[in-house]
Amino acid sequence: MANTLALPLPRAWTPRLILTLLLAPALLWLVALIVLPHMQLALLSFRERVAPHEYEPSLGQYQTFFAEPLYWQVFVRTAVLSVTATALTLLVAFPIAWVITKVARGRASSLLFAICLIPFWVSETVRALGWLILLRESGVLPALLVKLGLTAMPPELLYHDATILTGLVYTSLLFMVVPLVSSLESLDNSLVEAAYDLGASGLAILRHIVIPHAAPGITAGCIVVFMLCLGNYLTPNLLGGKNSQWFTELIYTQFIVRFNWEQGAAFGFLLLGLSTAIVALGLRMSGQRFVDVMRRS
Amino acid sequence: MSVMDSERQVTAAGAAADLRVRRLTKNFAGHVAVNDLSFAVERGSFFSILGPSGCGKTTLLRMIAGFIEPDGGDILIGARSMREVAPNRRPVNMIFQQLALFPMMSVGENVEFGLARRNVPKAERVRRSHEMLERVGLAGAASKRVDELSGGQRQRVAIARSLVLEPTLLLLDEPLGALDLKLREHMKIELKQLQAAFGTTFVYITHDQSEALVLSSHVGVMNRGRFEQVGTPQELYYSPATAFVASFVGANNRVAGRLTQRSGAVATIETSEGWRVHARTSGAIATGSSVEAFIRPEAAHLERDASSLPEEHAKHVGVVESLLFDGANSAVLLREQSSRLPFRVALPQTGRLADLKVGERVHFSFDPSRAICFAAADG
Repeated sequence: MANTLALPLPRAWTPRLILTLLLAPALLWLVALIVLPHMQLALLSFRERVAPHEYEPSLGQYQTFFAEPLYWQVFVRTAVLSVTATALTLLVAFPIAWVITKVARGRASSLLFAICLIPFWVSETVRALGWLILLRESGVLPALLVKLGLTAMPPELLYHDATILTGLVYTSLLFMVVPLVSSLESLDNSLVEAAYDLGASGLAILRHIVIPHAAPGITAGCIVVFMLCLGNYLTPNLLGGKNSQWFTELIYTQFIVRFNWEQGAAFGFLLLGLSTAIVALGLRMSGQRFVDVMRRS
Repeated sequence: MSVMDSERQVTAAGAAADLRVRRLTKNFAGHVAVNDLSFAVERGSFFSILGPSGCGKTTLLRMIAGFIEPDGGDILIGARSMREVAPNRRPVNMIFQQLALFPMMSVGENVEFGLARRNVPKAERVRRSHEMLERVGLAGAASKRVDELSGGQRQRVAIARSLVLEPTLLLLDEPLGALDLKLREHMKIELKQLQAAFGTTFVYITHDQSEALVLSSHVGVMNRGRFEQVGTPQELYYSPATAFVASFVGANNRVAGRLTQRSGAVATIETSEGWRVHARTSGAIATGSSVEAFIRPEAAHLERDASSLPEEHAKHVGVVESLLFDGANSAVLLREQSSRLPFRVALPQTGRLADLKVGERVHFSFDPSRAICFAAADG
């Protein structure tokens, strides 16, 4: 009687059916929310409005981008600052990940990891506003500097590139720490000891043993952090103010303020192209394969 | 001058000592890992430190390598004190338990690693690493990846990687532990041959008494942070200094009882069940004190018929409880008839008595001079 509930299907179909059902949510997500909107945006970016409700295929939007110095200068600036922020994040995150995996033991290690994680329970907006409270002219840090006698007047610490970088590093830190921790965890301590035993200095161990081992994790972390920085809207906007000149702000302006969806779509695709190109370049320079890196992250 | 003389102190065999450990002590959170230990290892010897897990042998080895700072005492390598010398500056290399070959490098790069750290020029590095690989029987393997090698080949790469630096001392941390039995037997012989070929002093730690006996010229049996006995494998096997050595090195039958009588060097031991055995004593033991006697399985004669046993030794009766067939190491586990105590006897290698059956009654005896008894630890 028990088998009356079994599906009346040929046996060979069952695994395939299960696979299809398991993949369905992911496929639905991919097609409906990523592929379809992007196709729509691609169509938008390649047409021009000639009259109300009348459109023509055109490369006009892309020509505007290259013709207008402000646009491509902001574009280059965003890329350079994002790469800088990624490099800084790596420099800050690496010692943290090393301490979590190789120095701290047991509970201390979990606690340190939790400390890195806890700020992310608070929304990014709230955290960025926290930075505003700390850094603005009448804020905590300038007041402290005056009190210590370092400056006569409270300095304006907001709206600098350094402020934007600080904010970006802070926001992305966890996304660098996680892949680094996972790749350093798999580093056998005896490899480090063996290198030390064979006469290597700390720097030589880092260069020849630790970094080559952690390379996929480093690359994965850098890709994620770079994408997050490049596509970040909130942090540059709040901490950099009107000076921030972040490319996502241009896209926002086109879509929401100027209602020029065609131009916004073209900018969006240029940003996608930029991030793809820089990631490909980074992979090439570090000699990593995308598949290996994604397995690690 | 007198300091110099003591630094150049010569060991019993006449060779200079490559390693000298003086009153070395290490505590971990109140637990004594290495307790006031002193010993010397002569140049060119294969010295093993044998002990159960947790006896402090790994701590000792890591102190020699420099990974652990001793609490007290000193380590001298080639007559130079290693106090304040970092592991990367010591004339010592270590073979790790899991070998710790660098997977991100080729075999050749692994062997060159130490030379590169000493700023040896690339061409000479390559030449020396090729030479070393050839000496360990891996000519032409330099460009291979580490994971392309078999377990035995990896071990040889690990040894080549260390020996290319011409260390005074090579430390080996149970490198055979992870191998399967067949390969382990093979690597044992290979290690011994490599050591003989290079003449480097090896300090080897293991919990496997057969590895220690087969490989070493001298063995230190370690227990609770101290050496129970240091000697040649033969000395450890035939004249153990303590009950621990007797029970740890090789198979042994342990009979605990009271020393009831002695005539010359031979004592009579009576168990609480009333079984009497004879054994020579180690050290002075008062009549009436508790003792432990040890009789090797191969020291006992086994016969079906009591009259075939040698007349001069006391005869015992046992019942076959199980047959432990293991080729040349076959044995039979008996229960002594009066006391019901287990007793293991090696089967003759001629194949005689191969037809013994479980439950059969047999007779056995042993030469008391080949049995040894110690005062029991708890008095």
